[in-house]
Amino acid sequence: MRLHIKLSTTLRDYVSGYEPERGLHLEVPEGMTVGELARHIGLPLEEIKIVMVNGRHSEADDAMRDGDRVAFFPAVGGG
Amino acid sequence: MFRFLRVNMATKACVFEDVPQEYAGLGGRALTSTIVAREVPPTCTPLGPHNKLVFAPGLLGATNSPNSNRLSVGCKSPLTDGIKESNAGGQPGGHLAKLGILAIIVEEMAAEGEWWQLEIDKDSARLVPCELGGLNNFAAVEKLVEKFGKECSYITIGRAGEFKLTAASIACTDRELRPMRHAGRGGVGAVMGSKGLKAIVVNPAAGSNHPLEDEKAFREASKRFAKALTTHPICGTGLAEYGTAVLVNILHEAGGLPTANFTVGQFDGHEGVSGEKLNALTKERGGEGSVAHGCMSGCIIRCSGLLADKKGKFQSKWPEYETLWAFGPHSGIDDLDAISRYDYMCDDIGVDTIDVGVAVGVAMAGGAIPYGDTKAVLRVMEEISEGTPLGRVIGCGTATTGRVFGVRRVPCVKGQSLPAYDPRAVKGVGVTYATTPMGADHTAGYAVATNILNSGGKLDPLSPKGQVELSRNLQIATASVDSVGLCLFTAFALLDNPDALAAVVDMLNAKFGWKLTGDDVVTLGQRVLSTEVDFNRRAGITIAADRLPDFFIDEKLPPHNTTFDIPEEELHQTFNWIEEKK
Repeated sequence: MRLHIKLSTTLRDYVSGYEPERGLHLEVPEGMTVGELARHIGLPLEEIKIVMVNGRHSEADDAMRDGDRVAFFPAVGGG
Repeated sequence: MFRFLRVNMATKACVFEDVPQEYAGLGGRALTSTIVAREVPPTCTPLGPHNKLVFAPGLLGATNSPNSNRLSVGCKSPLTDGIKESNAGGQPGGHLAKLGILAIIVEEMAAEGEWWQLEIDKDSARLVPCELGGLNNFAAVEKLVEKFGKECSYITIGRAGEFKLTAASIACTDRELRPMRHAGRGGVGAVMGSKGLKAIVVNPAAGSNHPLEDEKAFREASKRFAKALTTHPICGTGLAEYGTAVLVNILHEAGGLPTANFTVGQFDGHEGVSGEKLNALTKERGGEGSVAHGCMSGCIIRCSGLLADKKGKFQSKWPEYETLWAFGPHSGIDDLDAISRYDYMCDDIGVDTIDVGVAVGVAMAGGAIPYGDTKAVLRVMEEISEGTPLGRVIGCGTATTGRVFGVRRVPCVKGQSLPAYDPRAVKGVGVTYATTPMGADHTAGYAVATNILNSGGKLDPLSPKGQVELSRNLQIATASVDSVGLCLFTAFALLDNPDALAAVVDMLNAKFGWKLTGDDVVTLGQRVLSTEVDFNRRAGITIAADRLPDFFIDEKLPPHNTTFDIPEEELHQTFNWIEEKK
């Protein structure tokens, strides 16, 4: 299945050549979970605070589907 | 050592008063709101002689606590017609506290057309005719610094305040004497203008930190609080590196970034106005720009970086997330430099970036400004300073602008514009917008933390469940934080680390010899809110005003296609300890 992946702030440093506008477009095995995807692209799990799949908060065990947009964030905040 | 300074703009009397017993133990917002509630007739004309303008540092001002030198500004708001507390960083809060001044109460009015400046030293204060009328904040402060020097701090209004525009702000100078830290919301600058008060000069010489009942205990608690801040990923590093603008991308991702006047929750150009972009651009340009910059002494969060222009010269401070959003996605603009210039102009002219930025997008919706046109916005901003009719309309904020241009979707509650989170996709903050006595204000109960940022727990932002309780608890906690003088961004540590709150309570106890517990902090917050709601009721603002405009309830917001579906009966339970009079 094909995924569109977006990374925030410091997580971008773990994927060389990451292009902010474009994000990553990856082909991965069917049924891959959010946590497996993070490991697959080399993100340290302990630095991930928030994951959104298609704009909804998700957990590490959640499986994804073809065409999903997945965004990883470390702890971020403002106001 | 601790006194009120009462300033009468009609007689020019400046009198130091002992602090009456009933105000003991109050600071910051608790003090401004209590003074306003007791001394200002709730039905008075906000820009008339019966309104009062109150400045108060917080309870931990002039101590070695980190991030505790905020300055609260209170009055009856000309924007909302209700009670207002708007607080600012910068140096004056800490300086006033060092002088032992717990509150300045400015009352009555000078003769029409006269400008005065209030000069405050240790043990003396005087009103002096001011020659800075007609100047905006940067030029006014430059002249004041020439005369009074770099050790003082300055509180000023720009031309928007002189024009008494209802989105006018009050500027406080930062550590580098730039008037860029504003009490922005609610038109407090118009109240200062109505009094004929152009500037306040605070000379901290001979001032001192406050005495502590138990120095050792204070020092230990202060260290614990500092540690809680520096070890927290948001307070310790995130805000310094990316500023509050880090929120652009996450709100876009969550579908809660209000775009094109709250018609969609995502903005295609989000990367161009993001915190990541701001960080990269600042590093790339170098020069006078800086990642990580604190706006007041004692700040260890340092969220307010500085952006240089393409030649490396100072352009403006990093725009806040709300500023970026209002002039950006809300107005169809993805040009960071253009937004940075508007931000500088807002600081200079002295207007709230939220109410004016949202007014710009609303004017676009009404056809008065072409959507996304950066040059047209620049011209409109200049017009605020020039005082043209269009400039005055925009400078009066979103509600006025919407009315003038016949716009149906006017995102305001109690006359004050919504900030940068769509309440249909971040429902907890929608409860805060609807119910806070301040008019729509995210800082009054920042449910975004728990709805979106997984800070202070997690609560589904798209579900109506639990949002009223979340907003209630946050509004209570925030009223206390605002009273202590703490920067609101310490709240991320306060929400996530139990020892942070314990350390704040321990500092208060060590300073004043109190025996407060965490429960007393809740009681203080409730008391502040009760006082504010009661003022609004006496001003004629009923609980019926605690709602969002219809379009948030009627129209679905893409991409999640949700509406704001928390029933009014539930919203009206937010302050469930207050008994409404039938």
